[in-house]
Amino acid sequence: MSSDNKKWFSLNIGRKNQETSSSCSCGKQSGGCGGHDHEEIKHIEERKDGFEQVFDVKMNRRSAFKQLAASLAIGAGAVSTSCSMFSDDESKEKAQIDWEEQFKGNYKLMTDEEKKATVDRLVRSYQLRTGKTISMSSKNAEENVLFGYAFNISKCQGYMDCVSACVEENNQDRNSQMQYIRIHEMKDGNGFNFNESDDNYYHEVPAEGHFYMGTQCFHCDNPPCVNVCPVQATWREDDGLVVVDYDWCVGCRYCMAACPYDGRRFNWSKPEVPEEEINKNQHYLGNRLRKKGVMEKCTFCVQRSRAGKNPACVEACPTGARIFGNLLDPNSTIRWVLENKKVFRLREDLGTEPKFWYFMD
Amino acid sequence: MRRFKVFKSLVRDSLDTITQGSRKYHLWMAALTFMMLVGMYCYSIQLDEGLSVTGMTDRVSWGLYISNFTFLVGVAAAAVMLVMPTYVLKDIDFKQAVLIGEGLAVAALVMCLAFVIADMGGPSVLWHMIPEIGVFNFPNSMLTWDVLVLNGYLFINITIPLYILFRHYQGKEAKSKVYIPGAFISVFWAVAIHLVTAFLYQGLQARPFWNNALLGPRFLASAFAAGPALIILVLAVIRSSTSFKIQDKTIKKIAMVVTVAAQINLIMLISELFKEFYAPTHHSESAYYLFFGLHGKDALLPWIWTAIPLNILATVILTFHKLRNNFKVLYFACFILFIAIWIEKGFGLIVPGFIPGPYGKIAEYIPTGIEIGVTLGIWALGAFVFTILAKTAIGIEIGKLRYKK
Ligand code: SF4
Ligand code: SF4
Repeated sequence: MSSDNKKWFSLNIGRKNQETSSSCSCGKQSGGCGGHDHEEIKHIEERKDGFEQVFDVKMNRRSAFKQLAASLAIGAGAVSTSCSMFSDDESKEKAQIDWEEQFKGNYKLMTDEEKKATVDRLVRSYQLRTGKTISMSSKNAEENVLFGYAFNISKCQGYMDCVSACVEENNQDRNSQMQYIRIHEMKDGNGFNFNESDDNYYHEVPAEGHFYMGTQCFHCDNPPCVNVCPVQATWREDDGLVVVDYDWCVGCRYCMAACPYDGRRFNWSKPEVPEEEINKNQHYLGNRLRKKGVMEKCTFCVQRSRAGKNPACVEACPTGARIFGNLLDPNSTIRWVLENKKVFRLREDLGTEPKFWYFMD
Repeated sequence: MRRFKVFKSLVRDSLDTITQGSRKYHLWMAALTFMMLVGMYCYSIQLDEGLSVTGMTDRVSWGLYISNFTFLVGVAAAAVMLVMPTYVLKDIDFKQAVLIGEGLAVAALVMCLAFVIADMGGPSVLWHMIPEIGVFNFPNSMLTWDVLVLNGYLFINITIPLYILFRHYQGKEAKSKVYIPGAFISVFWAVAIHLVTAFLYQGLQARPFWNNALLGPRFLASAFAAGPALIILVLAVIRSSTSFKIQDKTIKKIAMVVTVAAQINLIMLISELFKEFYAPTHHSESAYYLFFGLHGKDALLPWIWTAIPLNILATVILTFHKLRNNFKVLYFACFILFIAIWIEKGFGLIVPGFIPGPYGKIAEYIPTGIEIGVTLGIWALGAFVFTILAKTAIGIEIGKLRYKK
């Protein structure tokens, strides 16, 4: 997404605004404006076309493959009916769903109908297995939305309410105590010295002479984790969220090695969430239940943010240290913070362009 | 049609040869089979419970498997050291050794692929990686490049020897017009599998320990030392246990290759150490951890301090002609060099890349028994494949196996 006359990548928040209005309304964060930006938009759209071409071909092949899978499934169904006395419609349906799920394509390349179909299958499968109904969304990114996040270091007291809210909201594995957010406790007077910080403290907070700083996936605008994935199981959505298709990931963990911010978590064993604690309001790309051997990460609570709500961590924070919003909306709080506070980001030298800013009062 | 018949008879004959042999041979194969079974058992546990049975965690997310994979890519590339002079420069000395070298490359590649699969969280959806059927993120992901070059190299290293053996089996000369172009390609290809594997790590800005320009060249140098060192050892065994003749001259020439590569490797090591320790920066912490430990965490110290002296000792021994020409000493030097590079390019390269973590966290990695079991099983698989290939090739080369019309 970088334009030709820039030597390195830079986040262009005003980009989408340019599309609708020709006047220059972009803030300081945008790389530039005017004709140059128009070129950039065209450039992006051209790339979209190319992508769609590939995408169409892929879908054809995939549907051929799917037919093959379906015929196999019918074969398997026939075998199971002839062999088993106990087979009923439900178990046949379960088998059918399992087959189709095993051989479905990459969510990123699916059409909206296909997305809906897989979501329906997953909901139905959950119903067949547990008798409970969940709601799962496949809502796409909205136009003119680019999510961003700001963290107020002066306010954070290290209560970790965000961490528990996140775990509950996102159905993370309770056994391994997986947490997307890490709160680093740092000593006053040492600056941002992560080496001497502690991200695993168990004492009363705020501790005397310390300050706190949270990290999670920063939803980089130029995410190194996305490039390295051999199967495109992780990608950047149009609203800036970096997401993972848990069913497409092969578990190579290359993205984990590529992330400079410790943003990713892997399911080393089968994740378990007690039935009564499962959050049933889910999104395909977000908090639906995962399986073992796949990658996951913070999605800025896609199931909430795309429904117009704040992520769970923002809502849970008792001090108001966390701010979330649409970077393309000039009236949003996040834009106000970016324009009026001295903000900075971690390891900017890497060119990853995180959409996660820190600031102090 | 005729070709097909010849091929069928070749397969049958080779099956005969590999199932017959001395007592020692049978013991060897039985031991390998046993180890493979143990490995498979361990792997079945891993499949069942997930990768949590390994020592890997979110903090150190690659371990023994990827270490061995990295090292074996180097061994696979070493076949080229023999291919080049034999086919391309018409140096006959290496001719007998070359088939062995290529057999070794095939075995090493089989191990590489096995290690990658053992490391995957979801081997059942591996088809996602097959171009056309799945989504192959080419050319963005270096891993897809690696998949391509490794499989291509495997193909080359199967077809060339197969062609030559197939001709010899029928008592005919192999036509150089056919195999020389293939040999040329494989020379470049070997360099490619190496560089690409190095780029896999080198391209990650997140890991300063890997993200340095010397990584690729050092991979090459260490591979061209460790691979031929292994070939020398294998040739030594073959010489003593079969009637396949390998001249002293051949071994001496390969030893020369090992020596030069080991020297270059040592020079690069010094350059790296200088950079890390003369003016240490924040990015030198991984190297500090590797060589001296950080904040009392020092799990890798015994490894690296075994590797470095062995490496230096082997290079010194190899450098003196007197010592190198004494075969007993040479074998010893090759052995310790192999071990040294296995540690250095495996464990010593992969694990410190993750330590300290992005926010300075030091979480150590120690492989578990199951991980070691799977690893040994895969090494046994490699040895098994190699023994089968070598036995057939030797049978054909010494004229024991011939097509009967
Ligand atoms: S923080 Fe890490 S996981 Fe998140 S987008 Fe950036 S590189 Fe990817
Ligand atoms: S672990 Fe999954 S998401 Fe990450 S690089 Fe591998 S396949 Fe892609």
